[in-house]
Amino acid sequence: MSDSNPHTEQPLITMSGVNKYFGDFHVLKNIDLTVHTGERMVICGPSGSGKSTVVRCICRLETHESGSIHVDGIELTDDPDSISAIRAEVGMVFQQFNLFPHLSVLDNLTLGPIKARGMSRSDAESLAMTYLERVRIPEQANKRPGQLSGGQQQRVAIARSLCMEPRMMFFDEPTSALDPEMIAEVLDVMVELAEEDGMTMIVVTHEMGFARKVADTMVFMDHGEIVETGPTAGFFDNPRSARCREFLDQILKH
Amino acid sequence: MITSAIIGSRRHRLVGLLVIMAVMATLSGCGAGGNWGWYVVDPTNPSGWVNLKFLAGGFASTILLSIIAAISSITIGLLIALPGLSERRGLRLINRVYVEVVRAIPLLPMLFWVFYGLPQIFKALGLDITINPFWGAVITLALSDSAFTAEIFRAGIQSIGRGQSEAAQTVGLNYLQTMRYVILPQAIRRILPPLANQFIYIVKMSAFASVIGMQELTRRANELVVTEYRPLEIYTVLILEYLVLVLIISQGVRWLERKMGADERQR
Ligand SMILES: Nc1ncnc2c1ncn2[C@@H]1O[C@H](COP(=O)(O)OP(=O)(O)OP(=O)(O)O)[C@@H](O)[C@H]1O
Ligand SMILES: [Mg+2]
Repeated sequence: MSDSNPHTEQPLITMSGVNKYFGDFHVLKNIDLTVHTGERMVICGPSGSGKSTVVRCICRLETHESGSIHVDGIELTDDPDSISAIRAEVGMVFQQFNLFPHLSVLDNLTLGPIKARGMSRSDAESLAMTYLERVRIPEQANKRPGQLSGGQQQRVAIARSLCMEPRMMFFDEPTSALDPEMIAEVLDVMVELAEEDGMTMIVVTHEMGFARKVADTMVFMDHGEIVETGPTAGFFDNPRSARCREFLDQILKH
Repeated sequence: MITSAIIGSRRHRLVGLLVIMAVMATLSGCGAGGNWGWYVVDPTNPSGWVNLKFLAGGFASTILLSIIAAISSITIGLLIALPGLSERRGLRLINRVYVEVVRAIPLLPMLFWVFYGLPQIFKALGLDITINPFWGAVITLALSDSAFTAEIFRAGIQSIGRGQSEAAQTVGLNYLQTMRYVILPQAIRRILPPLANQFIYIVKMSAFASVIGMQELTRRANELVVTEYRPLEIYTVLILEYLVLVLIISQGVRWLERKMGADERQR
């Protein structure tokens, strides 16, 4: 856990009064959320509660209908410049990896740096190799994603995001699609990212061991609302709301 | 024979050719007693050889016409498919209207309209543009086929999961880069077979160019029939000419598919 986090400066991410609808369905209800530089937040909650949607709104994969989202002082609007400015600071890791299957692992990593940041191929490749070493699979650089195990694919996806040198990383259930024996290798990489790099992270996960170890702040969502949020220790030891307690009981039984 | 060029080691291909040759042999065998005149296209007969060379002289323009029309059709098709995938209704409407209208126009009326009608529009606009038979045929084939390629592209792009373009966006690619480097390379592999079908369709439909006077395979056959008055023999050769073209294309596409399939299997 980071206690080197005075929380005095301007927050990195602010959501205030955010509402979102899918057609008639009110999927996010008055979401308020702040994340400071270096903070690690874990979001949990039952399926369909809107966890993914929160994260996807911050990197503008979804649009919100009302309220405001600021990332590093920039408000997210339809303006393409604000969207690309924010995307440049945000790395996103998906449950389904979403690697580019037609490209080698190395090309998956260098595509963004070369095309979006105008880096030379050789610089991009050495950057990519640095991050492949970080996630401990440099020897897979020339394979296709389809030739790798799920755990390896997810580590490639993390490295691909890191190649854009983001200021914050979002993980949407990064281990839910993995076989149990591969979960640890991915979580290890994430723990390292938090502890050694002090990366600002929002992680949607049901891995409560990981949450206890890494998270500064816990958020519990249900039916599109943030039901409970607070520092990790208090959240696990005495959750205030009944719904949150029930959820934790359920999930910790396993 | 020209056909020997396409005999692969593939057995089914060989069988196909044997059947064709058997049919030809039967037909020419009939010539002995009947009303046949295979001499007009007999390569061992001097005037037959000249006629064959005249007929085969149409290959170049049929091939050139088809290739230019196919490339244009793919380009137009892609440009029409993209608005069809937009979230904006207005853009989707452009796609729908184009596809529905163009798809409904039969090829021959479209050819007449382009070749005889379009120059009038140009003149009314004060433009000094003439349309020769070649470009008239290219424009018609490209437009008419583009409605189909547009639908093929739309389906192909839609078949690539949303996660791919989301991942591309989060590594900073803009819309065009996402299409160019992530979506289209994957979609093309999937739509190669239907695109190949469309190419074959273009090759066959290019025969219509003969009616506006373009000197391609069919036009030459027609002209030869007028002078030789041997429709069965000459049109048989004509059909074989198209068959050869189409078989070469299928072979090429199969080769491409195998090449891309090898990529695919590494996934
Ligand atoms: N594109 C969409 N169109 C319509 N409804 C959607 C769409 N995406 C999500 N939803 C709905 O919005 C609700 C919240 O979805 P979301 O993916 O944010 O939930 P979640 O908390 O991440 O759930 P899970 O744990 O299953 O991933 C769900 O009921 C879902 O069915
Ligand atoms: Mg989710």
